[in-house]
Amino acid sequence: MRRPISLYGLTFSLPLLIWQVLFFVFPLVFLVALSFWTVKNFVMRPDFDTVNWTTMYGRTVFWQAYGTTLALAAAASVLTSVLAFPAAYAVAFKLSDTSRRWAVFLMVIPFFTSYLVRVYSWQTFLSDNGIINVILSWIGLGPFVMLNTVGATMIGYLTLSFPLVVLLQLFSLVFIDRTLIEAAHNMRCGRLRTVFEVVIPSARTGLVIAALFCFILSFGDFVSPVYLGGGEPTTLSILITDTTKSGQQWPRAAVIALTMIGTLMVVAFVAVKFAYKGKSK
Amino acid sequence: MTNTNGTASGLTRRSLLASGAAMLATPMLSRRAFAQATELTMLAWYGHAEPDIVAEFEAENNVKFVPKYYTGGDNMLGLISQSPPGTFDVILSDAEYVTALNEAGYVEELDPNDYAIADYFPEFQNFPGNWKDGKLFSLITRFGFLGVAYNTDALTEAQASSYNVFWDPKLTGKVGHFDWHLPNLGQISLLNGNATPYDIDEAAWQAVKEKTMSLRPQVGGFFDYGGTFSSLNDGQMLAFCGIGDWITGVLQKNGAKVSTAIPEEGGLQWSECFSIGKGSAKADLAKKWIQYITSAKGQAKSAQMAAYPALIPNQKGWEVLNASNPDEAKRQGMLIGEPNVMDLIRSGRIHYRQWPIQQDLETWNDFWSEYKGA
Repeated sequence: MRRPISLYGLTFSLPLLIWQVLFFVFPLVFLVALSFWTVKNFVMRPDFDTVNWTTMYGRTVFWQAYGTTLALAAAASVLTSVLAFPAAYAVAFKLSDTSRRWAVFLMVIPFFTSYLVRVYSWQTFLSDNGIINVILSWIGLGPFVMLNTVGATMIGYLTLSFPLVVLLQLFSLVFIDRTLIEAAHNMRCGRLRTVFEVVIPSARTGLVIAALFCFILSFGDFVSPVYLGGGEPTTLSILITDTTKSGQQWPRAAVIALTMIGTLMVVAFVAVKFAYKGKSK
Repeated sequence: MTNTNGTASGLTRRSLLASGAAMLATPMLSRRAFAQATELTMLAWYGHAEPDIVAEFEAENNVKFVPKYYTGGDNMLGLISQSPPGTFDVILSDAEYVTALNEAGYVEELDPNDYAIADYFPEFQNFPGNWKDGKLFSLITRFGFLGVAYNTDALTEAQASSYNVFWDPKLTGKVGHFDWHLPNLGQISLLNGNATPYDIDEAAWQAVKEKTMSLRPQVGGFFDYGGTFSSLNDGQMLAFCGIGDWITGVLQKNGAKVSTAIPEEGGLQWSECFSIGKGSAKADLAKKWIQYITSAKGQAKSAQMAAYPALIPNQKGWEVLNASNPDEAKRQGMLIGEPNVMDLIRSGRIHYRQWPIQQDLETWNDFWSEYKGA
């Protein structure tokens, strides 16, 4: 039976509600309204015209950018999750409590510095005359083109989300019931099989949520595709900036932004549904 | 006699307290002096309200500039249209946006007699967009050329003297674009032999699109202001389309091996103009600033702006620059009595960067997005 909302509960939840209304609902409603405005001579005018939707959805470049962004974000989620899992697993199961605390602290440290600065510093490593190519040249290899490639964009996405994904996976792994793992071992289940048949299913919720966060961050990221990917292929975030350079076409940029929000909501819904599938309440 | 109240250096407690009080009060006094300075808001590209340009004017007139920097003309128009009249006292605009500013009523009319327009080269005295129906609304203050920016280790000036160099197989993946359709497509239009690069019919526009698309396999990236600097500086890009000395000049000063050549097919000219914002409560002071920055002294300063150097339209400014910094005058080609940048303009090799005339701005921008996504 659902409890009635008490004044006590309302008092504590009200600030969050006000915050959400002010900084999420209002801007979202405005963004929807903006997508129907028109622009004449660089001046936006309130209107109700579907021209921005038909124009953007009728452009091949929009769907190309949409597909690219979706593919890059999905690839980043898979890659980051796969690379993060061994790290999170090691921290969760192999380290002492003290070492684990240090590992968590080290994972938090990257958030102390600007993501933009971290991405710029990657240019020093990845450029043709950069640190990696110089080192490779010592053993007679290279130079390899690494900067302004999709691979470099992916490194940027990893820079953005890897520590967060490790932390989220870690929090999920440390709460696994250890007796399940012991039971698997007692039943002669191998280490690797235990990981795939006991650990991963048990930590599924956290692993999926971690991948979802990576997808959300990568899907909307502008910095890595521009500064490490060299602006190509065009992602939706780049297309937004391009669109605004066309005579103040913020309404068309709003169409792109709303499409991104809609996509993220669908992906989040599906991911959460999968994460909690079969879980009892 | 021993001074028992004094320190070893002879300071008495009273003098020490007095000096301490004075030291403590200094920030308050300076804050008071600062507070008394009149604030003048400036909407401009980065660099125009930095100390190397405005410090002298601020000191002489007890003014403090409050800059609002923008990145691109659309951004500028957006900021003005979303702000109440009088928000910006001084507005710096690229020439192609001046007409839009004027038509939207965002700028005040200027009195030509207030400014040293007679000192300008004749080519700039009636600069397009500055005047409308015989009335002056803005004043060109600096300009520059866009051509082939190149790494001097990779290309010679002779090689860079044609836009065709962008298609050189040795530059595959090493050609960068400044990410703005107008200068890039204007340059390709010049390469296609269009005498008026922005006033082209449908057939010529199609040809520009096809030619541009053929460059796509050569392109290593599309860069904003910061990315353009870093990719040229670290040699990641060896040739750049859509920029000029306003980028390579800054890098050159810092020792980078880059330069800009004006190709035989012609170059483009960017121009920046100052206006007084509509409804400015400090229009007199804004006028004084425009008088200063368009004067010989202000012009020489503007030519050497730390953020990005530029050519100047005031002939007397050239004289001051040649006297005060002959090396920079020579580097930028503003030499008096010798071949100089005005020869390029007079020979017809330079064309104004402007909005497309026979197509919509949006058409050009849409193609640019398609090109990037190709």
